[in-house]
Amino acid sequence: MELFLPESGLVIWMLIGFLIVFFILAKVGWPMIMGAVEQRNTQIADSLLAAEEANNALAGIEQKRQETMAAAQAEQIKIMKESQELKTQLIEEAKAQARQEAEKIVADARLKIEKEQAEAMAQIKNEVIALSVDIAEKLLQRELNDKPSQTDYIETLLRNIPTRIEA
Amino acid sequence: MKNVLKHSILILFLALLTFAPSQGFAHGEESQHQEEFDAKSFIFGHTGDSYCFHITEIHGHPVCVWLPVIVKSKGGGWSVFSSKHVCELKEGETYSHNGHQFFIPPISAEKYPGKLVELKADGSLSRPFDISFTKNAFGIFLVCAFLLAFFLPAAKKYKKDPMAKPTKYQGMVEWLTYMVLDGIIRPNIPEKKVKQFAPYLLTVFFFIFFANLFGLIPFFPFSANVTGNLSITLVLALLTYFFVNVFGNRHYWKEILWPDVPVFLKAFPLMPIIELISTITKPFALMVRLFANILAGHIIIMVLMALIFIITGMYGAGMGGAMSIVSIFMTIFMTALELLVAYIQAYVFTILSSLFIGMAQHEPEHE
Repeated sequence: MELFLPESGLVIWMLIGFLIVFFILAKVGWPMIMGAVEQRNTQIADSLLAAEEANNALAGIEQKRQETMAAAQAEQIKIMKESQELKTQLIEEAKAQARQEAEKIVADARLKIEKEQAEAMAQIKNEVIALSVDIAEKLLQRELNDKPSQTDYIETLLRNIPTRIEA
Repeated sequence: MKNVLKHSILILFLALLTFAPSQGFAHGEESQHQEEFDAKSFIFGHTGDSYCFHITEIHGHPVCVWLPVIVKSKGGGWSVFSSKHVCELKEGETYSHNGHQFFIPPISAEKYPGKLVELKADGSLSRPFDISFTKNAFGIFLVCAFLLAFFLPAAKKYKKDPMAKPTKYQGMVEWLTYMVLDGIIRPNIPEKKVKQFAPYLLTVFFFIFFANLFGLIPFFPFSANVTGNLSITLVLALLTYFFVNVFGNRHYWKEILWPDVPVFLKAFPLMPIIELISTITKPFALMVRLFANILAGHIIIMVLMALIFIITGMYGAGMGGAMSIVSIFMTIFMTALELLVAYIQAYVFTILSSLFIGMAQHEPEHE
């Protein structure tokens, strides 16, 4: 049957057509497509690798940052603690100083009071002495006229004394 | 889906019922004045090669693309003329060109059916050397032109800027290329040799695939039964044979000419002969497999179509009408199947070719 016999004409046309297409595509077709895809594949792979590396580097930086942060925080806490201590110490010192000062002032005041008291006492004494002398003078002037009236008189005199002290 | 099926069965059944009573009358009268339907010519006329590209018929006049006939008579010169002259000849007529008488015997003829022959002066027939640009040659160049038009723009874009974001079209080309490259070629051919053989295998795959698909499109300029023609599969198989044996390495040839068998088997060259034959049977199987598969698919579709006319001729228009419904459903099914076969056969041809090439490139792991 002619169906199962190759035709020389068709074989020739097929060879021409197929080989032309094959050579054109082998020259400027498939290598371009494959080359570009391979190139892109390598680039994607490289980029992924680079991204991975960058990520790792970033993770390192992040860790470093966290470490620095932690260190800074620890430092801060330390400084705060120290300043707190210093503050307490200063307050304590100030308090102590103030207390000393106050004690000194109180002591001074007491001394002064005592002194003034002594002076006042001395003055009073002098006054009393003067009064006593006065009284004694007056008593002596009225000498024994009458006992009760004497007493009254002394009392009036005495009643007058405080006013004089106060003055 | 279920509904569609149900309805079509119902329609079919009704059609059969409606037309069944009329067949009794139709049978006797019609078959007499009806031209005998020649199923063989119909089927092989459509699946075989042809000197003109028949498109359709209007009012009994064929509408064809007349392709050039190029023949060299035995002992004579070249004759080139339009196939219009020989295709429109009535029975018994011949076309005279440069003193040679040409005609095409019908497909039912015993000698040279459907092939251009020369009528010698003594009344004998002689087949000239024929390189006419036939329907199948047209089909070949259509596929070739399509392959170039489909792949070259992508290649150009890649060449211009390989790193540019690929367009959708490039994505399609890439997907198709890498489907073959990663799915068929890489598993069979050593990685170092892929660049060397990929162009051939890719071209073969896409040539067969698109030729198969174009063969399924039933109108001009497609429909040429390219891969269902032995001449074409022969060329493809020969090219595979060439790539296997010409680029085969030393180890491959040693396995053929001096295999590891007892000396008496190869001194008297029994084994080498068997091995040499086996190198031929492999591409021969490739050739026949592709040819037979595609031709069978086309023949089945043509038979289903012919059935309508055969049934009409035998039982009248009523049964013929019913048959056409069956035929159309079957043809749709067959065409869908042929789509699958179009891919599978391209795949099988390419995978076996790359397997044979890969085997000829195989380096033994220990020497």
